[in-house]
Amino acid sequence: MGVALFEKIQEIRAIYPEGTQSALLPALRLAQEEYGWLSPDALREVADALDLTPAMCKSVASFYDQFNLEPVGEHLVEVCTNVSCALYGAQQVLEAFQDELGCRAGETTEDGKVTLRTIECLGGCGWGTIVAVDHAYRKGVKPGDAAAIVKELA
Amino acid sequence: MSHKQIVMAGTDARDLTKLAEYEAVGGYASLAKARALGAEAITNELMTSELRGRGGAFFPTGRKWSFVPSPEQNPNPHYLVINADESEPGSFKDNEIISRVPHRFIEGCLITAHAVLAKHVYVYIRGEYLEPYEILVAALEELKERPDLRGDVTIIVHRGAGAYICGEETALLDSLEGKRGQPRTKPPFPAVAGLYASPTVVNNVETIATVPAIIEMGGAEYAKLGVPNSRGTRLISVSGHVERGGNYEVEPGISLKDLIFAPELGGGVPGGRAIKAVIPGGSSTVILTGDELEVGYDFDSLLAKNTAMGSAGVIVLDDRVCMVQLGIRVSEFYEHESCGKCTPCREGTRWMTQILRKLEAGDASEHELDLLLSVCDRINGKCLCPLGDTAAMAIASYVEKFRDEFIAHLNGGGCPCGDHSPLDGVLAPVAQHIHNHASELVPA
Ligand SMILES: Cc1cc2nc3c(=O)[nH]c(=O)nc-3n(C[C@H](O)[C@H](O)[C@H](O)COP(=O)(O)O)c2cc1C
Ligand code: SF4
Ligand code: FES
Repeated sequence: MGVALFEKIQEIRAIYPEGTQSALLPALRLAQEEYGWLSPDALREVADALDLTPAMCKSVASFYDQFNLEPVGEHLVEVCTNVSCALYGAQQVLEAFQDELGCRAGETTEDGKVTLRTIECLGGCGWGTIVAVDHAYRKGVKPGDAAAIVKELA
Repeated sequence: MSHKQIVMAGTDARDLTKLAEYEAVGGYASLAKARALGAEAITNELMTSELRGRGGAFFPTGRKWSFVPSPEQNPNPHYLVINADESEPGSFKDNEIISRVPHRFIEGCLITAHAVLAKHVYVYIRGEYLEPYEILVAALEELKERPDLRGDVTIIVHRGAGAYICGEETALLDSLEGKRGQPRTKPPFPAVAGLYASPTVVNNVETIATVPAIIEMGGAEYAKLGVPNSRGTRLISVSGHVERGGNYEVEPGISLKDLIFAPELGGGVPGGRAIKAVIPGGSSTVILTGDELEVGYDFDSLLAKNTAMGSAGVIVLDDRVCMVQLGIRVSEFYEHESCGKCTPCREGTRWMTQILRKLEAGDASEHELDLLLSVCDRINGKCLCPLGDTAAMAIASYVEKFRDEFIAHLNGGGCPCGDHSPLDGVLAPVAQHIHNHASELVPA
């Protein structure tokens, strides 16, 4: 597993000019796809593959919301609660997911299956409420849709 | 009312995500024409068109390109970087452009690369835009078989990872270099020392997707559209309390009222409710009251009202919305997205949220209302990048224009809108506590 990741990172590295660390964000994304989150070990692997220090990798990873520095569930449900979505009732959508999943925003279900989060504007404001389910946007989500979406993830 | 389509032209009849379909409507003909014209002539055409950047800062595009030093002045490679980070609350136009006319966008990239002598184009797309990313990559895949179109230009799609500030062009460049995305001090400007300290042009997706039409019709024709200082067409994102949320391509100069009420545009307010306020250009812009909707939707007219088109995200708020709650939610966004580099922005946005929360709960006195404005004042103009300034100006505008409503909250008043306001109790990411059960299940 580690070798495959190393090789894939080298491929990405070759896309960017030599002597730059532009491959770091894509490499972190790859590592996260592989392990689900960026554990200290995963960060070390990325660092080794790019000749960087683990501290540099963690410093960069910690800047970006999409990188998980703690374990998350197998699935990710992200409800946009920025202004436009909130005007359509995003808070009620969020509450419906909390009820269905039995966990609060920012938490993962007891069985480790689903992490529920709020998220800032996803760039779909005219079609809200936007809920990103494993990063795919669902548009016009209403509280009544939560049950079916949760069932899909079971 | 008929609306001239330039960026989205042809999308009603055809699936322009496919190369063959795009070529069938004359796609990539502008590229051939531009290559025949040569770099300087393309830039001149852009100057004539009076096109201004669609990312928010409104900088004249042709002029920006003309700042790039010649290879004799600076031997470093030139880069073209496309800003597809679109994260301004209220804006979702670049999402639709990439998703529906990826080839027009790519054609614009190739023409621009030719004009600014760049062999490498980096498209920095926000990490959350998975579907647009996949559509763009599929379109580029089609181009692999077409060296006649690609020429010697390489287009690299680089995904962000969730940070609003990476839309600011110098933060974007740092992020693209694999660093924390924090703005740089300017000068030097990117045209002189941008990506990898080399001459770099940074342009927004919509700006670039407009370039093929300008080459096709000529800059002078393009400059006949719209109104002075706001030429051509713009894709306007309309959301909130409207019947028909969506992106609408219109000529600037149309009134904000028409944008919201025309049956083929916003379609009016659901339930026929009254409009309390409109955010005209994304959450970073100064708010307008329901009485100010006759204003023309263009640079000059909005500037006269002390606000801006910004990234053209119109958010309509009906009479139920509590302005203090709006302030909280908007302030929480900037608090979350402040990159932390300057103290007034990092600390000030947090202060704004805290005071607004106190106000909303009815626990504040007039002194705290003054304190809020004072905090805004201490952020505005004292920051490295516009994030802090615009956050402060937006919040201050809510207080100034809806002062009575803020006053009504004071001294035990609490929220007069009560829980009728759709913004009541909305949970923002910055207020969300991360309790992770899984972290107990998985050994670190
Ligand atoms: C906080 C902040 C966020 C920004 N976000 C974006 C963005 O998401 N997309 C964009 O094109 N420009 C954004 N800009 C503007 C860019 O800095 C830059 O002006 C623009 O990309 C230049 O392209 P244009 O001249 O084609 O508009 C942002 C600016 C600031 C200060
Ligand atoms: S104003 Fe805010 S976002 Fe901009 S550089 Fe300063 S701290 Fe960062
Ligand atoms: S506010 Fe939810 S997508 Fe913009």
